[in-house]
Amino acid sequence: MYRYDQYDQAIVDARVAEFKEQVGRRLRNEITEDEFKPLRLMNGLYLQLHAYMLRVAVPYGTLSGVQMRMLAHIARKYDRDYGHFTTRQNIQYNWIKLEQFSDLLDDLSKVEMHAFQTSGNCIRNISSDQFAGAAADELADPRPYAELLRQWSTLHPEFSFLPRKFKIAVIASETDRAAIQLHDIGLQLRKDESGALGFRVYVGGGMGRTPIIGQVVREFIPVGQFMSYSEAILRVYNRYGRRDNIYKARIKILVNELGIVEFTRQVEAEWALLEPLGLDAPKAEYDRIIAQFAEPTYDLAAPDTLDLSDPDFAAWVSQNVHAHKQPGYAIATISLKPKAGIPGDASSAQMDVIADLAKKYAQDEIRVTHSQNLVLAHVRKADLYAVWQALDAADLATPNLDLVTDIIVCPGMDYCTLANARSIPIAQKIAAKFENDIEQQRDLGELKIKVSGCINGCGHHHAGHIGILGVDKKGEEAYQLLLGGSGAEDASLAKILGPGFDAEGIVGAVDKLIAFYRSARTNPSERFLDTYRRLGAAPFKEAVYG
Amino acid sequence: MPRILTGNRLETGDVLYWNGSDWSLSIRDAVAIGDEGEELVARLTAEERINDPVLIEAEPSSQGWRPRTTRERVRAFGPSVRADLGRPDISVESI
Amino acid sequence: MGNHDRVASADGQDQVAVGNAAAPPLDDTPALLRFRSDAPDDGPLSPLADFLADGNAAAVRLDPADDARSLIPHLGRLRLIEVAFPKFRDGRGYSAARMLREAGFTGEIRAAGDVLVDQIGFMRRVGFDSFAPAKPLDLSVVKLTLERYPYVYQKAADGLQPVWALRHG
Repeated sequence: MYRYDQYDQAIVDARVAEFKEQVGRRLRNEITEDEFKPLRLMNGLYLQLHAYMLRVAVPYGTLSGVQMRMLAHIARKYDRDYGHFTTRQNIQYNWIKLEQFSDLLDDLSKVEMHAFQTSGNCIRNISSDQFAGAAADELADPRPYAELLRQWSTLHPEFSFLPRKFKIAVIASETDRAAIQLHDIGLQLRKDESGALGFRVYVGGGMGRTPIIGQVVREFIPVGQFMSYSEAILRVYNRYGRRDNIYKARIKILVNELGIVEFTRQVEAEWALLEPLGLDAPKAEYDRIIAQFAEPTYDLAAPDTLDLSDPDFAAWVSQNVHAHKQPGYAIATISLKPKAGIPGDASSAQMDVIADLAKKYAQDEIRVTHSQNLVLAHVRKADLYAVWQALDAADLATPNLDLVTDIIVCPGMDYCTLANARSIPIAQKIAAKFENDIEQQRDLGELKIKVSGCINGCGHHHAGHIGILGVDKKGEEAYQLLLGGSGAEDASLAKILGPGFDAEGIVGAVDKLIAFYRSARTNPSERFLDTYRRLGAAPFKEAVYG
Repeated sequence: MPRILTGNRLETGDVLYWNGSDWSLSIRDAVAIGDEGEELVARLTAEERINDPVLIEAEPSSQGWRPRTTRERVRAFGPSVRADLGRPDISVESI
Repeated sequence: MGNHDRVASADGQDQVAVGNAAAPPLDDTPALLRFRSDAPDDGPLSPLADFLADGNAAAVRLDPADDARSLIPHLGRLRLIEVAFPKFRDGRGYSAARMLREAGFTGEIRAAGDVLVDQIGFMRRVGFDSFAPAKPLDLSVVKLTLERYPYVYQKAADGLQPVWALRHG
C-alpha cells in the first residue's frame, strides 16, 4: 500500500501544525466559534449531541495493521474505547475533547493518518473497491488512481470552498462495490479499443434529499489525463453550482438543471483550456505510486483447498469469504454486525485483534467497506481457519455478509445533531428477529437494509433493497419505508412505499415485506430486489398496508 | 413548560446544564430559567466559551428534569444504545 | 502557501515587508495587504457591467456571479481587478483569480470583503496578490499562514512546482 515520502509527511505535519495553531486561537478566544467552525470541520471535527465527533480519513478504505493499532490507541486514550466505521470507509470517534485534539493529531500523523477534508465543502476522502488488488474481475488495482486523486485534492487552493461537499469513487471492475453511480464523480477504469487504460466518468450521482443516479460525461478519458479532466469538472461546478440553497448545491442539481449535454459541453470546453497547462502528473509519478500497490509476494505453493468439516467455519466461508485472483488465497470479510451490536462499531480490543491478524495472515493490510465491515484481502486458504477462530473469539465472525442482519446504519439521533430519529435501535430490532437463525437468513439471501436517521442519507436508505428513513413527525420519531434501491452496478433508487410508521410499526412492516417476498419469489435464488423488480411495488404495498 | 439552559463546553464538548450559578454535567442539577434566560444566552454567546447555549423545555419528574424532545432526552441521558456510557445516575430507559 | 523563499523567488513579492508592516489603521477603510512592488491603483473601481459597456477604467470589480473570462479581451488595459467576497464561504472568486492568471493577466488581483486569515494561503496560490479584508487581519498570523506549507500537491497560479514535479525533477 502507499507509504508517505518526505513530501507527503511534510504536508501532513504542516497541516497538523496549522490546525493546532487554529485550535489555540479558538481556545484563547482570538476567533469566534462562527469563524472556527469551518476550520474544525475541515479537520473532521463536529460538535455532536454528546461531545465532539472526529472523523478520521482512511484513504480509499485501505489501512495497515500499524494504522489500525493506532486507531485502537486513539479509541482508548482519547475516546471511550470504541470507534465507528462509516459508509465513507472512514472511522468516527464520538467522545473527543478539543483540548486533547492536538495530541490526537500528532498521534495520527505518526502513522501517516489525519482527518483533513473529512468534512466541509471540499473534496472528501476518495472511496474505492474494498476488494481492490485482490478481486479476480478487476482490470487493475484502482487505488493508485485514488491516491493520485487524494494528493491532487488535498488542500486544493481553488476547490476548498465549493458550493457543497464533493465525493469521488474509483473502481476497476464491472461489479461495482463502491456505488460509483451515487457519487459526485464516479470513475470506472476500462480499456479502449487499443487496449489503453482510461476511465468512464460518471457525474452527478448522489443520495440525500434529491437522490439521482450519475450520468456519463465521458466514455473514456485516458488515465494520463484524468486529473486535469477532474479539475475541469470541479471548476465548472465551483463556478456554476448553486449557492443560494444548501439543498440544491450539490453538483447533481447543476447537472440536472443544465442537462447532461450542456454540462458535458462546458466540462469539455474547460478541459480544452486546462489540459495544456500541464496539470497532470507525469508517467513517472503514476509508476511510482502503482509500484507501491504492487501485488504481495504470494506463496505459490499455497494449497487451494479448504477443510470445511467444521460447520460453523463452513457457514462463515460460504457467506463471508470471496474468491481471490491468486489460487490458494481468499478474501475474508469481517462482519461488524454482530448479534445485538451497533453496526460499524468496533472496540479497541477488536481493532487490536484485527491488526494482529492482518500482520500475521493478511499482508498487514485491512480494508474498510462502505457497508461498515472490514476486509482482510489476502489470506492464504491454509490460514483461513485460524483467522476465523481468532475472529470468532472476538465476536467478529458473524456469517452474515449481505444478509438481512448486515444492515447499514448511520449514527442517527443517538449521536448526531442533524438526525430526526434514532436509526441504530431500528436496525437492532429488525436484526433481532433474524439473528438467532442463520439458516433463515441464508434462505432469504442477499437483502440489503439501509437505515438513515435523516434526509441527508448517511445510511444510504435510497440504495437499500429496503430503505428506512427516520423523520420527525410533530416531535415524535417516525420512519418512512422505501423499496427497490441498489448501489451496485445495477444502480436504482428506492421509492417510498406508503405512509410512515413509528418505531414498532416499521419493524413489523419489514417483517411483512420479508414474509411476502418469501412467498412470492420464483425460486430461492431470486433475491428480494429481483422479486420487487419483477412484481413492482403494488403487491409489496398490499402486503404491508392491505 | 419550564425552561432550562444547556450548552456544550468549548474545551471538552461536554453537555452542560446551568444550575443557577455555574454549569453542571448532570441535568439533575438544572434550575428553571425565567425571563432572564434570553439575556443569559446572549451573554454566554458573546463570551464564546460555551457552544450553542440554548434554552430547552423540560418537565420536572420524580427522576428529575425530563426534556420535552427526544433529541434533548438523548443528549441528557444517552446514547440510548449504550447504556454503559450513559449518566451513572440516570437510566437511558427514561429516553 | 509555499515556504517564504520559494514564494519570494517565484513571483518576486516581498513577504518580509508584510510581516514587519505596521498594524492596520483602525478606520473605515479596509487595510490593504499587498504583495506587489508597484504602486497601488487609486483610481475608481468600475463594476463589470459598466466596464464592459464603456471600457475606459483601469480597475474593475468582479462580483461572485460575474464571468471573469469576459475580461480576457481587455486584460492589457487593466491594472487592477478586484474580486468581491461578500461571504467567505463563497469560493467562486478563487476560480475567477486563477482563470485570469491562466489568461496571462499580470496586474493586481485583489480579494476584497469577507477574507479570513486562514484563506490567504489558498488565495495566494490561485493568483491574488492583494487583499482588502473587511475585518483587519493579524499580520503575524498572515505571515505564519503563508510560511506554513513547504510543498504543494498541485499546480495553481503561483508558479510553485507540485510534489510530483519535485519527485521526478
